[in-house]
Amino acid sequence: MTKALTLALSLLSAPAWADWQINMNKGVTALSREIFDLHMLIFWICVVIGVAVFGVMFYSIFKFRKSKGAVSEHWHENTTVEVVWTVIPSIILIAMAIPATATLMDMYDTSEADVEIQVTGYQWKWRYQYLDEDIDYFSNLATPREEITNEASKNPNYLLEVDNPLVIPANKKVRFLITANDVIHSWWVPHFAVKKDAIPGFINESWVKVEEPGVYRGQCTELCGKDHGFMPVVVEVKSESDYQQWVSDQRAMKLAMAGEASKEFSMDELVAKGEGVYNTACAGCHQPNGQGIPGAFPAITGSTIATGAIDAHVDIIVNGKPGTAMQAFKEQLSAVDIAAVVTYQRNALGNSVGDLVQPNTIQN
Amino acid sequence: MAVHNENHTKRLSLRLATAAIAMFGFGFALVPLYDVFCDITGLNGKNFNQGPIQISTVDESRTVKVQFITVNPGNMPWNFEPTERSIRVSPGEDRQTVFYAKNPTTNWMVAQAVPSVTPSEAAPYLHKVNCFCFERQPLEAGADTEMPLLFIVDPKLPEHISTITLSYALYDLTDNQKVTQVKPNKDKGRARL
Amino acid sequence: MATVDVDLPHVKEDDPHHHGPARGLGRWLYTTNHKDIGSMYLIFSLCMFMIGGIMALIIRAELFQPGLQLVEPNFFNQMTTMHGLIMVFGAVMPAFVGLANWMIPMQVGAPDMALPRMNNWSFWILPFAFLILLSSLFMPGGAPNFGWTFYAPLSTTYAPESVTFFIFGVHIMGASSIMGAINIIATILNMRAPGMTLLKMPLFVWTWLITAFLLIAVMPVLAGVVTMMLMDIHFGTSFFNAAGGGDPVLFQHVFWFFGHPEVYIMILPAFGIISEIIPTFARKRLFGYASMVYAVASIALLSFVVWAHHMFTVGMPLVGEVFFMFATMLIAVPTGVKVFNWVATMFRGSLTFETPMLFALAFVVLFTIGGFSGLMLAIAPADFQYHDTYFVVAHFHYVLVPGAIFSIMAATYYWLPKWTGHQLNETMGKIHFWLSFVGVNITFFPMHFVGLAGMPRRIPDYALQFADFNSMASVGAFIFGFSQLVFIYNVIQNVRVGEKATAQVWEGAQGLEWTLPSPAPYHTFSTPPEVK
Repeated sequence: MTKALTLALSLLSAPAWADWQINMNKGVTALSREIFDLHMLIFWICVVIGVAVFGVMFYSIFKFRKSKGAVSEHWHENTTVEVVWTVIPSIILIAMAIPATATLMDMYDTSEADVEIQVTGYQWKWRYQYLDEDIDYFSNLATPREEITNEASKNPNYLLEVDNPLVIPANKKVRFLITANDVIHSWWVPHFAVKKDAIPGFINESWVKVEEPGVYRGQCTELCGKDHGFMPVVVEVKSESDYQQWVSDQRAMKLAMAGEASKEFSMDELVAKGEGVYNTACAGCHQPNGQGIPGAFPAITGSTIATGAIDAHVDIIVNGKPGTAMQAFKEQLSAVDIAAVVTYQRNALGNSVGDLVQPNTIQN
Repeated sequence: MAVHNENHTKRLSLRLATAAIAMFGFGFALVPLYDVFCDITGLNGKNFNQGPIQISTVDESRTVKVQFITVNPGNMPWNFEPTERSIRVSPGEDRQTVFYAKNPTTNWMVAQAVPSVTPSEAAPYLHKVNCFCFERQPLEAGADTEMPLLFIVDPKLPEHISTITLSYALYDLTDNQKVTQVKPNKDKGRARL
Repeated sequence: MATVDVDLPHVKEDDPHHHGPARGLGRWLYTTNHKDIGSMYLIFSLCMFMIGGIMALIIRAELFQPGLQLVEPNFFNQMTTMHGLIMVFGAVMPAFVGLANWMIPMQVGAPDMALPRMNNWSFWILPFAFLILLSSLFMPGGAPNFGWTFYAPLSTTYAPESVTFFIFGVHIMGASSIMGAINIIATILNMRAPGMTLLKMPLFVWTWLITAFLLIAVMPVLAGVVTMMLMDIHFGTSFFNAAGGGDPVLFQHVFWFFGHPEVYIMILPAFGIISEIIPTFARKRLFGYASMVYAVASIALLSFVVWAHHMFTVGMPLVGEVFFMFATMLIAVPTGVKVFNWVATMFRGSLTFETPMLFALAFVVLFTIGGFSGLMLAIAPADFQYHDTYFVVAHFHYVLVPGAIFSIMAATYYWLPKWTGHQLNETMGKIHFWLSFVGVNITFFPMHFVGLAGMPRRIPDYALQFADFNSMASVGAFIFGFSQLVFIYNVIQNVRVGEKATAQVWEGAQGLEWTLPSPAPYHTFSTPPEVK
């Protein structure tokens, strides 16, 4: 019956999303496999106990029915039996806890790592800082708004794709230092069996050593406000040489960006660029149409800031507004992006102030 | 238990009510209890291990990597970073490092750095002899400063720990400060964004 | 429980000192009668169950397909938060208090609760608490949206304005629970009929006695933690704010110090109910009465030392993880004993399968499944994969819906003839049971799968690979939700019409309440019965 029902359902859902994964991912690290084995072990222990208990129960249900003439017996105590079924589960549990403790000790391994990355949770994005490489960037959800609102068909990595994935080398011990900027988040990659809460003001650590290059996807797992469901974690594991190449590319890109910041842009260029920045960085709260959410997030359209003095407008984006959800974006956006988004907000979304700001005036 | 005894019920109810009130108090008592617990286990590496300490022996046989990271939570607009990302020290030797901070805004501000150590097992062995996190740090608009940290790693640090990470989260306490302190703010008339 | 032999003083319905209920609204406002108050608790809980259920259906409707269709993410978070709060504090807990009010005096042979006027108060402040909580839905910024566990700083620095009303509501419902618990303990310890020794008490009374002590121990801690939140939000303290030397993790420790015993507050009375029903329909005495009592007591005690198993990923030291893992696994032992005892009670009994028994049997099977997933969650390293996924959602819904809620339904069907004087309509009862049973499993079983596959909880939209099982769960939720209309119909019909019930109602029923006529008169046991 359930089968027919689900069949009917899968026909109802427009594209074929058939994916009937029912078990945990084995993962791609030694530790994740160890955890998977523990999971299966305890699962089978439960199955065996379940079969025994439910077996006796269903036997009683079928055998000792009054309708079949069963007459109840009078015993209602048996100390031996009761001691036995207290002691045996205790032994099973202790037997179970020993391998679990061993796995825990592996998880708490504190030996020195090859690459160290600070992972910071923000509402609703992740920031990755490579401690030895001077690489520092934010990782935002890349799924287009239209897919979320069902105006476009959903791509296979729907909600599990980001603009800048975390990149790590394969076969190296990578240590994550996890913290948060605002509320508690939790950084999870199922294939690594790494899940650690990101707590504002405090630092946690975790580590991974991935054997196979590939792309691994996860999500934030601690409710962190409105867009908790929209801050995925994507990790690209590269071979050692590809990783080194990527690191040097990042350096080159940083230089190129610095050069770009001194360029003069036209109004059209800034507005066009600003729209993209707005949709990634601002639209989550202020909404794609700039109307905000009354009572929670102010509108951009017609706001005193977006139509007032341009310096004040730049300042609130660069430094945020203390005590509110408005973040300081100077770490997250380049000078070009800030100039673009300010110009966009002043000349789109129903505003038409007519002025613009150049990247070179943003830098302080 | 023959007949319902009014006095007995009254006494019992009062006792139970007292127990409830005591448990309300216990809820609050969990706060200092938690601090004691953290102190012993190193959980979250809170504000302990402060002040001068006497360690006579330096364990030259090994070195430990002490790593510094910084976080600007909330909307803290300061530039704040360690001048050295990590240093190798021998347990028992005292070392000094400095953190750089700059207030890029046009307002006078006060900040408080909150330390945290990982792995938590190492936290009880990292002594902060003198630290900028002991006090609130005021900075004039546009000013910058170098803030010192003097620390010692206890030679009793377990052998298997080779890296200790000390993180500082820098919080903006300017608003809390306003109430208690007359702030020397030259831009008094300027509206805050 | 020892067989109860009773000398019943003949009930004089026309006794001049025993006038019936007052008429009109005043009866309900001023009543101090345990049966009236019990009924009000039960009706209130049913209303809350429906409101919380509508919220659940909104959640499941949004999750029917990937993409955002019906609600905004912020409203979705308000729904998950309010659904949890209302079901825990508005539906399950008041339902058990209502059952306690009705049944405990009748089961121990007392004329009423020990503190009848306080009883009236503890009920009547409850609707106000929930009115305050529900009104927050219409406030600017919306209702609480930080989950029923309200972790700081999401619930403090980053909370909507309505958090203050939420805190106020929690204070009131906490006060109500504490007053109710004091009353129940006083009734059980002071008002038992002569001869009703502690170890002759029915298990429902025993489990409630222990639950009431749990309530007194932990509801004040909940009140404490919300008070700290209030102070952080409005009075500038920093209990949970790292900036001022506080710690958000402290919140979780204090919350779960309340929260884990709270879980048992919602399941121990259910154990009591099942331990009443199974012997009745197996026509055989409960197996291992004494070990049942000890098991409940040890579960209650252990519940104080396991709280951090909700926080394995928070960054605890290794020793902490190991300690809480062991302690949690220990709880499986007394819980297992209870399940074994129920099965042993059925073994070589003479079973019939009336509606209350069906719910009780479903309880044993499905609660045990919830117990198994609980055991899996206790394995700390594996919990790093399970934590905050739909696997957890599946786990606690299995112990709370076919656990706590099914036991409440079983209890309602079991004692309803005693309350109304009408025999149950078995056909309708069985329709309700089968619809609920199928609905519950279609809803919650697939959640294990998506959870293991990697779907986090509390998200309004999800990746495509979770789509099929989510549609299935949503269909199940609507089946389960709408089948509760049958329950309401059954209760209303039973109040109005039905074959006249006998005093004993069920052939195998034992205990003081079954010596009273059905419906039970407004005043019962004014002269205590003699229990031998």
